[in-house]
Amino acid sequence: MDDLLSEFLTETNENIGIVDAALVALEQNPDDYSQIDNIFRLVHTIKGTCGFLGLPRLEAVAHAGENVLGKIRDRELKVTPDVVTIILEAMDIIKDVLDALEQTEQEPEGDDSDLIDRLNDVAYGTQSAAPAAPATPEPQMPEISSGGSDGPVSLEELEAAFQAAEGPDDMVATPAVTEAAPEQEESGLRPGEVSLEELEAAFQAAPGPDDIAEEAAAPAPAVPEVVAAKPAEPAASGGKAAQGEAGHKESSLANQSIRVNVELLENLMTMVSELVLTRNQLLQMVRGMDDNEFTVPLQRLSHVTTELQEGLMKTRMQPIGNAWSKLPRIVRDLSHELHKKIDLVMHGAETELDRQVLELIKDPLTHMVRNSADHGLEMPEDRLAAGKRETGRIILDAYHEGGHIIITITDDGRGLNVDRIKKKVIENGLANEAELENMNPQQIQNFIMRPGFSTAEKVTNVSGRGVGMDVVRSNIEKIGGTIELKSEEGKGSTFTIKIPLTLAIVSALIVECCEERFAIPQISVVELVRASTDGRADNKIEMINDSPVLRLRDRLLPLVHLNEILKLETSADEVAEQSDVKGSEDFIIVTQVGAYTFGIVVDRVFDTEEIVVKPVAPILRDLSIFSGNTILGDGSVIMILDPNGIAAKSGEAVVGDHTVEEETQRESGDSDSVALLICRAGGVEPKAVPLSLVARLEEVDVDTIETTNGQMVVQYRGKIMPLATVNDRCKIIEKGRQPILVFSENDRTMGLVVDEIVDIVDDRLNVEMASNIEGMIGSAVIRGKATDIIDVGYYLQKCFGDWFGSGEAGGYGSGRSQQRVLLVDDSPFFQNMLVPLLSVAGYEVSTAENPLKALELRERGESFDVIISDIEMPGMDGFQFAEEVLKDERWSDTPIVALSSHTTPQDFDRGRKVGFSDYVAKFDRDALMNTLSQTLRSGGGVK
Amino acid sequence: MSDNDVQEYVTVTIAGQMFGIPVLQVHDVLGSLKLTNIPLAPPEVAGALNLRGRIVTCIDVRKRLGLPPADDNDSGMSVVVEHHGEPYSLLIDSVGEVLSLTADKLEQNPGTMDQRWREVSSGIYRTENELLVILQIERLLDFAVSSTAAA
Repeated sequence: MDDLLSEFLTETNENIGIVDAALVALEQNPDDYSQIDNIFRLVHTIKGTCGFLGLPRLEAVAHAGENVLGKIRDRELKVTPDVVTIILEAMDIIKDVLDALEQTEQEPEGDDSDLIDRLNDVAYGTQSAAPAAPATPEPQMPEISSGGSDGPVSLEELEAAFQAAEGPDDMVATPAVTEAAPEQEESGLRPGEVSLEELEAAFQAAPGPDDIAEEAAAPAPAVPEVVAAKPAEPAASGGKAAQGEAGHKESSLANQSIRVNVELLENLMTMVSELVLTRNQLLQMVRGMDDNEFTVPLQRLSHVTTELQEGLMKTRMQPIGNAWSKLPRIVRDLSHELHKKIDLVMHGAETELDRQVLELIKDPLTHMVRNSADHGLEMPEDRLAAGKRETGRIILDAYHEGGHIIITITDDGRGLNVDRIKKKVIENGLANEAELENMNPQQIQNFIMRPGFSTAEKVTNVSGRGVGMDVVRSNIEKIGGTIELKSEEGKGSTFTIKIPLTLAIVSALIVECCEERFAIPQISVVELVRASTDGRADNKIEMINDSPVLRLRDRLLPLVHLNEILKLETSADEVAEQSDVKGSEDFIIVTQVGAYTFGIVVDRVFDTEEIVVKPVAPILRDLSIFSGNTILGDGSVIMILDPNGIAAKSGEAVVGDHTVEEETQRESGDSDSVALLICRAGGVEPKAVPLSLVARLEEVDVDTIETTNGQMVVQYRGKIMPLATVNDRCKIIEKGRQPILVFSENDRTMGLVVDEIVDIVDDRLNVEMASNIEGMIGSAVIRGKATDIIDVGYYLQKCFGDWFGSGEAGGYGSGRSQQRVLLVDDSPFFQNMLVPLLSVAGYEVSTAENPLKALELRERGESFDVIISDIEMPGMDGFQFAEEVLKDERWSDTPIVALSSHTTPQDFDRGRKVGFSDYVAKFDRDALMNTLSQTLRSGGGVK
Repeated sequence: MSDNDVQEYVTVTIAGQMFGIPVLQVHDVLGSLKLTNIPLAPPEVAGALNLRGRIVTCIDVRKRLGLPPADDNDSGMSVVVEHHGEPYSLLIDSVGEVLSLTADKLEQNPGTMDQRWREVSSGIYRTENELLVILQIERLLDFAVSSTAAA
């Protein structure tokens, strides 16, 4: 049988069971609206899935049922026994059809229009049509005899007939019946109702048609209708023996799999672990003795134990691909139904996760993919009009990260329309306009995950009934996960689901450091490198200002010593001489966290082992360096290292992006993305300089390079331009053309000689390691590589230093006494970048790393002509700082220029309001210089 | 509490001092087991051990009580208790016996007792030969409280 179909059958049978029970509960307690929501969702799911599988009959019944439930949910319809009965009837029809489906893999022929009409009557029309009783036996008769395939329907009616006839139910429910269909106990039928299966079973239990007649004769006197219906039955059961057996085989499919309490598995797991331990002990004992009578049975035991362990682990783990397997079909059908072209891309289908977790996220995932297809992606013509590929893409991605499983669902569709969501939010009364005013777009977008919200403009067969993201969210939160939404209108949306991995089994690398063993999840290990400090191995650990690095092929890999991170020291050797004493050989585990790659230095590497991650004791929870602990095969406890924690501990900001997220990453406005020019100069490692600081890129003929006064110069645009090399290792080539970066400052220009201009990239500039090499500000991870950032100011000063000394500096400051500038910025990078620039421009610069420090300067009686302040700073931000400055008269006249990477009009307005004189984007050097001179000329002059 | 309210305590010895732990809280008494060191953990955490497939966090009671470390770690005995469903093993020197004591005999902690001791003790019993300090497991395992209290 088709996997899809069999899954559908199992799932739907389960769901119907739940609906049955819930309906009965609802009937007893009609005001319990949580029940109705639940029922509605389940029926909605059944309907939806039927649609995809091409089961029109089921879909029609479920749809009609859903309509009624929808009315109840919207409180337009009261819950009465009649209403419940008719819905139950619909459920029974669905059950029958499912049974037939299971046997024939085909939806049986049949006409449910009567039931659907009645359902629709209840939903839309007069409520009078509800009771099942009108279905009198007479009209059924011809229907029943008309054909075997009509069996289920007519039986259904039979049931109705039974139900209509009150009284002799007890007699019908003979012992045979209850035994034959014990499942029915759970089906939640009302007392007095007899389900189809019971009926069938009862008939089947009766040896032959004659007996049936006899047996049936007992209740007959009281129920003439039943007797009337009876003759039809032998025809049905006799004509179709298989059909008669359906009662028994009802869930033959369901019988292939059983549900086991996870706790039971958990206990078994523990037992098996103990078994493994005992086995290991035995093995240890026998190992000492040669040839022993125990050897063979022990080996056998060992085998069986291992298999048992593996088998048990398998019971709980499933690749996420299982939950995805039906998605391609669903997407295919959707694309037909919606007339859209859709590509479904799935990454990481082999990522294993706990079965229970998988079960719980299956529906949400399916739902989200449907949503993406239905709401997210545009029609092909709209896509073409928007300049996109005609075929929309939905990308599913799953991977392990730091003890979690991350699943992302990305579409490149229209994204979420904030205005429309706002409108809807107000319409649905979820929030008022004033509240929305104060929310950022992401908060507003997150409204789609509130109950009762649906953005689809029309209710389609696929989605849009308001059962949606709220269910998804609640299901995910139920298992302790989170869901995050990022969307940009016109570009698409990304949902990121993060699910904890507490139960998951991971393959881990066992390493040793200072005689302690640790496990590192294999998933974050990229490769293993053997290195030495004395050059005996191919790879050598080198030091940059006490930071160990490794040249790994074309890049420089930052290293962390595990013993330092864990503050472990072998008693014998000092940290300082450690490298000499034991460090002839080290293993480096190249680890990747997001886009950041680094090496962990350990003493030894053992094997990989499959481990079950167990959470650490609560008192150790705040140790972010461990993601859990586990028991190894040999029975010892081992701590599992969290590469995320190590990265954080080693002072590296973790860049949490991922290949598929690359686009969204760049879209998210909070990362200061900067255009950087990447070049090579004096070494293989890349160097970078903010592109905005570079005036031009030139190539000069090396023959034109001259030397005056020990300084390399070149004639450039009619002037002499001094040249500087990045460091001594950087040599001018002997022949040909040499690339140079030209930096321009007022009318002075200088060239920085580089070996090669590599690329221009947009990336976050996050200086992570300060450098004390002259000419370098520090290192940052750019495009996943450690890159040195060139300190342009240094070279400017190097070339023009003398000019300042002789007091001939031109520029803004000339002709007056030097103007004093206070630069308030928490980033050493900007301090280092701007101070030289400002000094070169003739300002006298003081710096403060935060507003509080700046205010301290005020207390000390310092005064400045202008203050340049960053906006985003820890503690007190730039706006608060500006307010503080204006409050006190000592500095209230000092103009403040704001410096920020965010220059939205709102920011600008806010800045103006709190008293900033001007607002300049970071890296816009010219603008800063102009603003400074203008501010000083106007503000400084007047005040 | 009535006079006949009898509590049973397991007595353990740490650095020559007798302590009592309510018997119902004691799950296990262990001999020496291989401890796994947990770097960066609070100093009171001696490590983790495997007790029949469960990972048990081992607490160095000496450190917790501000006692000097044992001269030689030969005993390695520990008492396993459970706290919020998590097993913890308390490192001790030796296990004594089970004593039934009535609640009315429990005396308040003397005010002169070390702050760290007062925190974790619910009172003192005078037995014939020795004084028995009753340990409160919840408090003993609550490092966070102790650090704030000490501060």
